[in-house]
Amino acid sequence: MEIPRHWRLKKQRYALVGEVCPHCEKKIFPPRDICPNCGNEARDLFAFSGKGEVYSYTTIYEAPSGYDSTTPYTVALVKLDEGPIVTAQLTDQGEQPTEIGMPVEMVTRKMRDDGDERGMIVYGYKFRPVLKN
Amino acid sequence: MVTPKAAPTLLKPTRSVGIVGYGAYVPRYRLAAKEVARVWTGGKGGLPIKEKAVPGLDEDVITMSIEAARNAMARARIDPTELRAVWVGSESHPYAVKPTSTLVAEAIGAVPNTQAADWQFACKAGTEAVVAAMGLVGSGMGNYAMAIGMDTAQGKPGDALEYTAGAGGAAFILGPAEESLAVINASYSYVTDTPDFWRRPEAKYPEHGMRFTGEPAYFKHITEAATHLMDASGTSAKDYQWAVFHQPNTKFPQKVAKQLGFSTKQINPGLLVPVIGNTYAGAALIGLTGILDEARAGDRVLMVSFGSGAGSDAFDILITDKLEARRDLAPKTLDYIRRRTEIDYATYVRYRGKLQMK
Ligand SMILES: [Zn+2]
Repeated sequence: MEIPRHWRLKKQRYALVGEVCPHCEKKIFPPRDICPNCGNEARDLFAFSGKGEVYSYTTIYEAPSGYDSTTPYTVALVKLDEGPIVTAQLTDQGEQPTEIGMPVEMVTRKMRDDGDERGMIVYGYKFRPVLKN
Repeated sequence: MVTPKAAPTLLKPTRSVGIVGYGAYVPRYRLAAKEVARVWTGGKGGLPIKEKAVPGLDEDVITMSIEAARNAMARARIDPTELRAVWVGSESHPYAVKPTSTLVAEAIGAVPNTQAADWQFACKAGTEAVVAAMGLVGSGMGNYAMAIGMDTAQGKPGDALEYTAGAGGAAFILGPAEESLAVINASYSYVTDTPDFWRRPEAKYPEHGMRFTGEPAYFKHITEAATHLMDASGTSAKDYQWAVFHQPNTKFPQKVAKQLGFSTKQINPGLLVPVIGNTYAGAALIGLTGILDEARAGDRVLMVSFGSGAGSDAFDILITDKLEARRDLAPKTLDYIRRRTEIDYATYVRYRGKLQMK
């Protein structure tokens, strides 16, 4: 059970809320309070648009515990329109194959059950092929 | 027998209210009714719909409500902190105890200065939340309130309901009439204790009271609610360009529409059950989104929900000239309906958690 951690990360997980550096305007995800670009303090919240493209990907057949109910699934490096690259599952592809450069958008989905069916349900961001431009 | 003293009275807030934003959601997967028939009846017998929408493994009423809510926010173009209520009506809330609404409110940035609660009234939980939102905004207690109807309905394997129990719904943001895409002129509700459909707390699948589901439940409540609303408003079917009724299958809404004097053309844009199934608390509301995606300024819409147990909420809605410019700010209901991947019964059984794993 990691209830405190789930609670602390909810904003970034549910809505892709990161930070923007007040000094150099670099957009930061995940939030780390220090700008990786200029090294200054960066604590201003910034909600990412959720739009991006697949930078690289791999498909998982043998999943870590807690994630095995949804195999097989694809994990991608997604380059967000605002710059940062995030690691996330892809979802809702149907028969659409994954391709590098594929435009994707963020959706909030069920990640896993924490523990068993008595534990809390963990929600977070995934990406899917863009529904509509 | 106590004779009712009060004549049917319209619900009409002192401050005029309307819909300032709306958004639909339908999951990607589809199960054809003929595929259910293949497994259970050797393919024989009539089919109540063409196909139903099935949620993916990582979807539930919380995730689906979040997407519909984001679509509604995109059209409303308000700051989420201005929402004074986030209310979600469903009969498939993921938790028995722990609100769906707080998580949805958190995800769209509406916390912490807001009401949040889950509503339960079978298929009319969503429209009941709309009536409450009319009251909250109409009284001036807040400027904006969100009401969602969303379900991932379950049918017992092989039961008649398995053909139709679908997934989807819609979110509506109510606000002042002068900012509205559609003004709600009035609503009227008709409610009695009727044993047509229920589910006990520990039961996975619902039960239905067979002969109680049609005439004394669906048809009686919808007809009474619609008739009282139109009588009190001085309208009849011909005054409405569009109408949408709760839709548990294709036949019921077609029949009740005809009885009330509405044509096929009037109900077509809102009749989505043939291609997404019965979305329970979402059914009438997502039907309304189908109409809003097409309606023009000046059009009048009648919406009547039905929830087992039982009751109906009827609404008299007038489209304003603000709708046209806003509807393209989010995906339309047909965009979701056209995005479809057909699955077979085995995949459906896995997706809906019908396999005993331990
Ligand atoms: Zn910086």
